[in-house]
Amino acid sequence: MRAVISVIGKDTVGILAAVSAKCAQYNINVMDVTQSVLQDMFVMVMMTDISKINIAFADFVDELSELGKEKNLSVKVMHEDIFNAMHNI
Amino acid sequence: MINTKDILETITMIQDEHLDIRTTTMGISLLDCCHSDIDVVCRKIYDKITKYAENLVKTGEQIEKEYGIPIINKRISVTPVAMILAACDNRDAVKIAVTLEKAAVACGVNFLGGFSALVQKGFANGDKELIDAIPEALAVTEHVCSSVNIGSTKTGINMDAVKLMGETVVKSALATKDKNCIGPAKLVVFCNAPEDNPFMAGAFHGAGEPDCVINVGVSGPGVVRAALAKSKNLDLTGVADLIKRTAFKITRMGQLVGTEASKRLGVPFGIVDLSLAPTPAVGDSVAHILEEIGLDCCGAPGTTAALAMLNDAVKKGGVMASSHVGGLSGAFIPVSEDAGMIDAARNGCLKIEKLEAMTAVCSVGLDMIVIPGDTSAATISAIIADEAAIGMVNSKTTAVRVIPAIGKKVGEELSFGGLLGSGPVMEINNVSPAKFINRGGRIPAPMQSLKN
Repeated sequence: MRAVISVIGKDTVGILAAVSAKCAQYNINVMDVTQSVLQDMFVMVMMTDISKINIAFADFVDELSELGKEKNLSVKVMHEDIFNAMHNI
Repeated sequence: MINTKDILETITMIQDEHLDIRTTTMGISLLDCCHSDIDVVCRKIYDKITKYAENLVKTGEQIEKEYGIPIINKRISVTPVAMILAACDNRDAVKIAVTLEKAAVACGVNFLGGFSALVQKGFANGDKELIDAIPEALAVTEHVCSSVNIGSTKTGINMDAVKLMGETVVKSALATKDKNCIGPAKLVVFCNAPEDNPFMAGAFHGAGEPDCVINVGVSGPGVVRAALAKSKNLDLTGVADLIKRTAFKITRMGQLVGTEASKRLGVPFGIVDLSLAPTPAVGDSVAHILEEIGLDCCGAPGTTAALAMLNDAVKKGGVMASSHVGGLSGAFIPVSEDAGMIDAARNGCLKIEKLEAMTAVCSVGLDMIVIPGDTSAATISAIIADEAAIGMVNSKTTAVRVIPAIGKKVGEELSFGGLLGSGPVMEINNVSPAKFINRGGRIPAPMQSLKN
């Protein structure tokens, strides 16, 4: 099972490290990372493998959302299927 | 592999353009709750609903969390209560309404539909008792919604029922005059009512439906408008194509959520209702789509044509995105629930006659329209008859949900709050149709050939 973590906001030091640390803490494997800057906004998208996650997925969603709030960023974790459903036939 | 652009598009739709699943509605059959003793019926209804829908809200919230898509409403629809009432010795319909209210509160849903009767051809036992009880039932409950089907293409229009419903709308407003006349906002009068509609206030669980089913209603006017705003120079062929593609994406969300909810609840998946359902929130308006297409204000000449194209494109895009389509499926134009419609009605550009024309090309009908409090029951009946005639002749669902604002006149405002929104009291033509309405009887079913 895979999930997409998206981080959108003003670029600050240590975003990637903070999100990756959370992933490591909960046994989530980061498979792919892309970063870009769109109109002054920092955008990072991570594809992760959550099949060995050691916390309830919903709690992980909350925890990253909290992390985002602390750093004034929008951090979302969404199941991969929503993107597959919308963009692939 | 999904690319970053697609991921960001989805996130923008949800975050900035109000993409959401408007409702997951669990349809529950109450046919096995029939009994001659109404207290037994009430007990059986409460037990069945609270057992079946126990996890409906919780499951919806889990799906929201995991997929990151908001599911705004979790609702229940039940078998038209008049059918259950028919078996009772004492047909006190209000008692059942109160039971439904208790069950809705216990399950945590925000509306429960099905305090309904189907009388398109005539009244069976239980039907009249139910209709008579509607004003009180809607006044003493908060979550219960009512609907009555008074006509269809196959049967024609039951004008006795039309007369009765005009009176019921007025009584219902009077019974809730201290609560912003909320009663008639929960009452829909249908022609060609669908049996699997997940949207309120008109949802009920038809007699041909399975014991329990999950239906999903999608939304997304904001997404369509945003897509059009980014593509200013398209001709109408291009506009229709863009709406189709956007509707496809929106509907895929509904299909995903529906199948997932059905799997987790162990209940068969019914249909996706392909609808553009607005909310009073800024940026979530069907009127604003029409304005983005090129009208200075919704209600201007050209509105009907633009809406016809929009409605058709939404269906074409949505049909391919889902395994089963049903319900109302089309663009909704509820005045008080749509920021653009409210503005257009306030500034006089949108009038009730134009709204009536618009209902001929989209779902659903004259919806959430606030009318002067002194409007006669006969006038409301005549509005219902006109709207039903459009539905009957065009083989489509039409409905009327008008709210007489007791004590208010044209230009004043009535506010319900929440999803039901607020709206200005609209002017209506008050020339009396009383003689026509008082004739009663039935308008025969129309020809289905020689279509002109």
